[in-house]
Amino acid sequence: MIYFDNAATTMLDPKVLETMMPYLKTSFGNPSSIYKLAQESHIALENARSKIAKILNARPDEIYFTSGGTESDNWAIKCIAQAYKNKGKHIITSSIEHHAVLHSCKYLESQGFRVTYLPVDKDGLIDLDELEKNICEDTILISIIFANNEIGTIQPIEQIGKIARNHNIVFHTDAVQAAGSIPIDVKKMNIDSLSISAHKFYGPKGVGLLYLCKGVKIIPFMDGGAQELQKRAGTENVASIVGMANALEIANENMEQNIEKITLLRDKIIDNILKTIPHCRLNGHRTKRLPNNINISFEFIEGESLLLLLDSKNIYASSGSACTSGSLDPSHVLLAIGLPHEIAHGSLRITLSKYNTQEEVDIFLSYLPGIIKRLRDMSPLYEEFLQKQTR
Amino acid sequence: MDYSQKVMDHFMNPRNVGSLENANGIGTVGNAKCGDIMKIFLKVNDNQIIEDVKFKTFGCGAAIATSSMATELIKGKSIYDALKITNKAVMEALDGLPPVKVHCSCLAQEAIQAAILDYAQKNNIKIDTPKASSKSTCCHN
Repeated sequence: MIYFDNAATTMLDPKVLETMMPYLKTSFGNPSSIYKLAQESHIALENARSKIAKILNARPDEIYFTSGGTESDNWAIKCIAQAYKNKGKHIITSSIEHHAVLHSCKYLESQGFRVTYLPVDKDGLIDLDELEKNICEDTILISIIFANNEIGTIQPIEQIGKIARNHNIVFHTDAVQAAGSIPIDVKKMNIDSLSISAHKFYGPKGVGLLYLCKGVKIIPFMDGGAQELQKRAGTENVASIVGMANALEIANENMEQNIEKITLLRDKIIDNILKTIPHCRLNGHRTKRLPNNINISFEFIEGESLLLLLDSKNIYASSGSACTSGSLDPSHVLLAIGLPHEIAHGSLRITLSKYNTQEEVDIFLSYLPGIIKRLRDMSPLYEEFLQKQTR
Repeated sequence: MDYSQKVMDHFMNPRNVGSLENANGIGTVGNAKCGDIMKIFLKVNDNQIIEDVKFKTFGCGAAIATSSMATELIKGKSIYDALKITNKAVMEALDGLPPVKVHCSCLAQEAIQAAILDYAQKNNIKIDTPKASSKSTCCHN
């Protein structure tokens, strides 16, 4: 099996699983209880919080554990907006956010908020002047994705944060794809609020966090007990939180060498495909992109067919075609960077991990041209294109 | 995707792929914007029997599998019998399709009808084409 869908989820690092096991087996106490068994859980929880805070350059009391990236995004967008609604009802975000942010913004629109969806250029970057221009007196929140999950483009987060600070506006970023992959420093980057999900960096599923800068107001999303400084009720998922902290620690320690190794594989794939297969284009910025992301559109073919043929070779990847998005439209991100529908349908996303090897890349590259040719040979669009060429 | 073994078989080993040099009926349905185009080539003989059929499809696994199955179902049939083949028949022959892929079977039915209509028009034959039972038209139409 060649697993190339690491933006969807990653394999749990066996070392991470080991650190989780005691809290699934013997130290199962509820961190909110007072006896010794519970204390073990409580200490593990707070250690995890401190570790994560240190890596992000935050304070431990600025880290709130959640069930994952989607909850963190929902909580931040909806509940920061609610907390500031007396100051204003305008929010600025981008047109290439994850649906957790986009749909939260849509919800807020239904509640009387105004949302500006900033366009992006052909590489998927927002324009900082455009951002500044769209700031109004009643703008209360800016939310821009740190690095895009489909095309890997990394936004100028530090500058966005600076603009938000200058205007005294809360700045949230969905860092689900960035965390554990590239450096994040919330203080240096002027970030007020940030979402992270553990399963994107070899941690367990169902756990994440929201970083919230001291002084930024938010209302609770989950009501109940007094957990997480009374801001997020519910018994903490101790084992998974311990696993997340450990996974982030491992990712942080090996970040430089992983970036180097994975970037090398990424560039090999990009260069090889663009050189050997005609009528294709790279989506996303060539250099301002996640080390592990490759997104290429192949003209005249449809993405799901491509995925199924790769699957038949035990190679697992993803696509932005309508057929894989569960709707009739191809990916909103690919449309936002200006791809025509028919080309967006033919996209392939490869997202690498620290476990991928040169050999796997070579196997993939040996199969791909044949698969593309096979689909083009049966495509009426390609036939039409060839006929036009010879006319 | 939750495809039946038959769908996967027709996707992996599609029957009758290609084009016919001497086709006397050609039908193209769907559009690139929606991500599905089916083109069916027919060779109909003087007895109005579909002697040979080929297809080219741009689309997902289900689009390719339904095209393949549709060509199998009409091969050797008279154009009148072929016109009676519904999207439901194509789906049943494939042991079903996931709900989001039903439109592919409608497209297959429409492609057959379009090709037969093309043949009929060229040969001054008057025929009625039955409507697909559910709509294949998508977002952009």
